Amino acid sequence: MATAAPASGQISTRPGAFEGLRRSIAVATAHNRRFWFSLSLITILLIFSLLGPFIFNKSNPTKLIGGLYDPPSSEAWLGTDNFGRDVFTQLMYGTRTSLLIGTIAGVVAIIIGVTIGTLAGYHGGRTEEALMAFTNIVITIPSLVILILLSIAISNRSVVTMGLIIGITSWPWTARAVRAQSSSLRTREHVDVARISGAGPVSLILREILPYMLSYIVMAFVLQLSSGVLQEAALAMLGLGPSNVISLGIMLHWALLWESVRTGAWWAFVPPTVLLTMIAFSLLLLQSSADEIFNPRLRRR
Amino acid sequence: MPPSAQPPLIETKNLSRTFGHGEQAVRAVHNVSFHVQPGEIVAVVGESGSGKSTLARLILRLLDPTSGQILLDGRDVTTLRSSKELKPYWRKVQGVFQDPFAAVNQFFTNRRVLEKPLQLLDHKPSHAERDQRVETALLEVGLDPSDVLNKGPHQLSGGQLQRVMIARALVAGPELLLADEPTSMLDASLRVTVLNLLLDLRERHNMGILFITHDLGQAYYLSDRVLVMYRGEVVEQGPVQQVLSYPQHAYTQRLLADVPRLHGWGAVLSDGSYNGGTGA
Amino acid sequence: MILKNVRAHYSTDDGPVVRAVDGVSFSVADGEVLGVVGESGCGKSTLASVISLTAHPPLHVTSGEMLLDGETITLTNQEHVPPGWQGRKVSLLPQRAMNSLNPTARVHDFVIDVLRAHDSTITQQEAIERAQERLEQLSLPSRVLDSYPHQLSGGMRQRVVAIISTLLNPSTLIADEPTSALDVSSQKELVLLLQLLLDRGFIKRIIYITHDLPMLSNIADRIAVMYAGEIVEIDNTKAMIDTPRHPYTRTLIGSTLDPDPRVRESRIEGIKGAPPDLRNPPSGCRFHPRCSYVMEICPRETPPISGTDTNFYTCWWLQEQTAAANFAKVQK
Repeated sequence: MATAAPASGQISTRPGAFEGLRRSIAVATAHNRRFWFSLSLITILLIFSLLGPFIFNKSNPTKLIGGLYDPPSSEAWLGTDNFGRDVFTQLMYGTRTSLLIGTIAGVVAIIIGVTIGTLAGYHGGRTEEALMAFTNIVITIPSLVILILLSIAISNRSVVTMGLIIGITSWPWTARAVRAQSSSLRTREHVDVARISGAGPVSLILREILPYMLSYIVMAFVLQLSSGVLQEAALAMLGLGPSNVISLGIMLHWALLWESVRTGAWWAFVPPTVLLTMIAFSLLLLQSSADEIFNPRLRRR
Repeated sequence: MPPSAQPPLIETKNLSRTFGHGEQAVRAVHNVSFHVQPGEIVAVVGESGSGKSTLARLILRLLDPTSGQILLDGRDVTTLRSSKELKPYWRKVQGVFQDPFAAVNQFFTNRRVLEKPLQLLDHKPSHAERDQRVETALLEVGLDPSDVLNKGPHQLSGGQLQRVMIARALVAGPELLLADEPTSMLDASLRVTVLNLLLDLRERHNMGILFITHDLGQAYYLSDRVLVMYRGEVVEQGPVQQVLSYPQHAYTQRLLADVPRLHGWGAVLSDGSYNGGTGA
Repeated sequence: MILKNVRAHYSTDDGPVVRAVDGVSFSVADGEVLGVVGESGCGKSTLASVISLTAHPPLHVTSGEMLLDGETITLTNQEHVPPGWQGRKVSLLPQRAMNSLNPTARVHDFVIDVLRAHDSTITQQEAIERAQERLEQLSLPSRVLDSYPHQLSGGMRQRVVAIISTLLNPSTLIADEPTSALDVSSQKELVLLLQLLLDRGFIKRIIYITHDLPMLSNIADRIAVMYAGEIVEIDNTKAMIDTPRHPYTRTLIGSTLDPDPRVRESRIEGIKGAPPDLRNPPSGCRFHPRCSYVMEICPRETPPISGTDTNFYTCWWLQEQTAAANFAKVQK
């Protein structure tokens, strides 16, 4: 009976979980130009911000190399800012800070959001209602207001503090999405089977529900990261950015404060804006094209 | 063997489950009472929407009843709630489901799937005991352990994986096996082998089996007694020969008349009662 | 209708070739219901898409032609089917046809779409009237046309789709597992409806593809048994059920469980092993690894077709049995 009979037609219709997934991801990524485009854009941004200072040998962003708003020249490729510092160097360090704050914010938001969302979806009933009520309250309070209040309350704002502040105000979106997922996963047969095999709630959540949401969580993280970068820019423009470092938002803050728009010093405000747009655009594109890869139904024929 | 000679293995009393509230309430299972003796195979027959799958989830304690009782060896188990309290229950009552591919965690190997129920045991099994229990269960369902254990579930055919899922249910040594449409995803030629496996388990271990199906032929082949469910209620129950040969309830009669039979050639057509169909 | 030597396979860029249908030929007479029975993965659904002219990549048809009402069509180029074949000569009633209705549109919108797709000159009013007339002829309430799909039961939806897909009076209806996912009562209603369509002459013949042998035995005049992409036996329904010849047919019929006291009398045995992998089918007779009558020649050579066009089998063991019987007759 138990001869290793090859698994007939089922192979073609039900590929092995990993083998099949890997193959279909390989096929999908090969043909998904948007995925490769966004991935290369992100790689370029990372190289620019992390290795740029060494590549271009411009590793001191606070060095004064000219006067107020010197136009672009062979020495200062993108001119100087209001203090006479090199905009190009500032841009590399600013992108680094912005991405770092976005990443910290993303991680924090994912941890809180996934925990609350999974618990709510898994338990259902009163627990779910209470957790979701809390989430909805957090959503209804404008996050910028919380951010402003928190930022004012904390006088010395490091990069980590900024990431934490943004993270703990932006998780509700993830929590709601994850709740919907885990609440439908909870009723799957494999969860029932694990339950009658004696698995406790912790094991059910960690082994039966979370692995099935992994691709979903990764994509939520990408979205949280991009919104974290933008949130930081918004705060910094209001003058509530991190202290003692340069971020894209802080660059915009100074440019606005020192009338760069009115004086026509475009090199002070256009480059940081372009980089912010590139970061947000590439991350959103990555998210939507990765979505197509994980969910074959969305693929274009 | 008269039913009174032994206490029932499992018994339900007026078991009911309602979904929703007020006007939208749906009585998925209503006042269901029956029992299964050790070594007895009882079939629950019904069409989709009859409540038989809800009944299965109630019996497996995956769903709390709205009212009524489930008694295992005479003890009410509906008061047990947490997974810790229910462990001894699941040690004795296990289940097999319809679609083996949906019932298995695709991130596990077959060995891990099979070892899971060992946590139901009242002691912590040694390595030797773990291996021995898993291998015995696999041999019991006619699979070669070395062939199966280190593969992933999706490397097996549907028939093989359903056997693995039956072996999984056997690992902790249950006294009652609930099989919810275990053959509906399998081909005809494999279907019979799974049914025969259930017969063998009853023979070897005096196991009670609650067999849930929509297929009257399978119920006839396998079971001693049959319950017919219709819209959440048991409309008829009794020895299989009696119920299926002399159906009393109108629903059972219609069900039997509409089932196509291989050896009743043309019966469905020749009855000629085509009226365009009701129930728009 | 005559079908000749159909071969089709699935292939993807990197995956192996799955030969799902391999050399299938048969004919269907006017007024006949031909049943095709087989297990999952035997190629029967592939056959359905090939003969309903709806095959598209990764399914490739490598050979085969179909003779229908005096016209011949090659099946290999399904991207460019001559106009008037799809829907008019052959029409497909697929497995979950009832879900093909748009849930946000009324049934009559679907009727208009279907008829307009084949004849753009038809007006909405004409289309609806035609459907009304057909429903009345088949004693179904014409009010279903004004309903939304969710207002109809699953069985009714399936019947409505069956009627709409035969509105153009296609000469051949291909029904691919039309009753799976239906309750037994709805199954019966659908089969009765198909029979009525045939009796009234709206369609000329039905090819009914299923894994459900008991259901098939109730509607088909002749049954073709498919195994691993090939037809292993074709015979009149009654003859096949009463005296199956091919070893695979025997086990298939032997493992059917009728709700009948007789099934309890003895233990019924299934077929050992599982259906073969069509990427790499067994040599010779494809059933030989699972056959209990296997002989020395079976793995070596493909068995020839014995019998006539309408009634044949492919099996070495059967050939030998027949030869021995004939020899015994001569001896007497």
